[in-house]
Amino acid sequence: MTHSLHRFGRSEDLTGDYIVFAMPARGFNDSDAVEKEKEFLRRALKHRPVNLGDAKRGGWYRAQKDLGPAVHWRRATDPDPEWVINGVDAPGIVAAVFEAYDAMASFVRELRELDLGVSINISALAHRAAQCCQECDITRHSVEYSLGFLGRTDKLPEKEILELSTMCGHGTISFALAGKMLERVRCGRRTPEEAARTLARFCVCSIFNPARAERILAGAARSPTP
Amino acid sequence: MRIDPKRCVECANCVAVCPMGAISIDPTIRRAVVDEDECVECFACYRGMSMESMNPILIRFIRRTLGLFRFRFDPEPDVCPTSAIIPQELEWPRVVRRVFSDVLMTHESTGILGRGTEEVKTNDVTGRLGPGFAGFVVELGRPSVGARFQDIQTVAMALAEIGVEFEEKNPLTGLMTDPTRGLINPEVLSEKVMSAIIEFRTPMGQVGLVLTALGHVAERIDTVMAVGVATRCDDKGENELERLLPEYGYPIVRAKTNLGLGRVEAVS
Repeated sequence: MTHSLHRFGRSEDLTGDYIVFAMPARGFNDSDAVEKEKEFLRRALKHRPVNLGDAKRGGWYRAQKDLGPAVHWRRATDPDPEWVINGVDAPGIVAAVFEAYDAMASFVRELRELDLGVSINISALAHRAAQCCQECDITRHSVEYSLGFLGRTDKLPEKEILELSTMCGHGTISFALAGKMLERVRCGRRTPEEAARTLARFCVCSIFNPARAERILAGAARSPTP
Repeated sequence: MRIDPKRCVECANCVAVCPMGAISIDPTIRRAVVDEDECVECFACYRGMSMESMNPILIRFIRRTLGLFRFRFDPEPDVCPTSAIIPQELEWPRVVRRVFSDVLMTHESTGILGRGTEEVKTNDVTGRLGPGFAGFVVELGRPSVGARFQDIQTVAMALAEIGVEFEEKNPLTGLMTDPTRGLINPEVLSEKVMSAIIEFRTPMGQVGLVLTALGHVAERIDTVMAVGVATRCDDKGENELERLLPEYGYPIVRAKTNLGLGRVEAVS
């Protein structure tokens, strides 16, 4: 689906938000895709992604089902890339999220050399993706553009909540949770980093950008309450 | 989805987590309850929340004792302390809620996760969207508002009126009883889902007609919709939509770009 396409935000905010994902086509090139997807993830690691994941199992930030009471004081939140990579066991979508254009572009350049043979997509500002293709000597094959939201847009929340929530295209980061975490940052009960990681755990596909979320939360916390 | 009243300790962490706002604390029984009509069975609460397995009697005692002194505990906001969230067996037609809402459900029609198809993500391999065509992806209910099939049918009918042919492999098309008119199985019309995607392709010359129809029908629905449109690039990597969309009032901002690095290889 268009899970990464409709991220809300102004162009300048979206400059720090790049998703690169790999996907085999069912019935065309998926029989040996698992190893290729693992290789995609391993290579991505070298370029300092801010999130990494497998849409079937989740990613760096994910819910844990066997917590003890100490979690409320000491919670292990460091990413575990090996868990993600070793967990890929069937063809699907794997993704890496980058904050910096240069990191994303160098990863794409490496993918071009690697020639995995599965489809590679960049979901980002259109002109930045085009620039990356040009720099990497890649001819764009197809492009899907976001035209934004129509209909009862009065049902949508304030800008910052929408920016946070739409970083999960499947809608599993609720407006209310985004608002709750923003309020906790505003009240000093959570740091922007802690709040961003909490939100990231709800995005199963791991295309949530915690670095961008930190910036949004920190900026909104300093702004007057709407 | 339901919340086990024997295990719930009224911590309310799950209330904010629900994308549809379907969970609340019932002040009479002092437990979290799910509004089944609003719940879309997305599993965001069950799957997204981390779980502890604390003794509910002990936790209620601690919470009420602290409450007597107006003390406030500041727990992790994404943890259910007693694993009280319980999935239910779903029957027709309610099961369509989960099919269109739970991101980890695989559709029989597509074989992939999610509510849509591979679209242009694998177009370099499948060639499903050819030169001269625009592929539309209209997602009703997104972002996080949810949609009833009644509204989805309203949009589908408006598009069918202008001659659109819906993508056969799309899960929503499979629910249509008459795709030529955009009619959806009446048994599901009142069901609510996180979102559903209407997918179709049209000749590039009809992009304006489709955008106009979408603009008009958007005023008649009780939800939001996210619209995407795709095309194939020429051998220089250029495409006509980059010129057309701004002309129709849609600036080029975000996009998903298929790099053309895929190829047909080992077929399963």
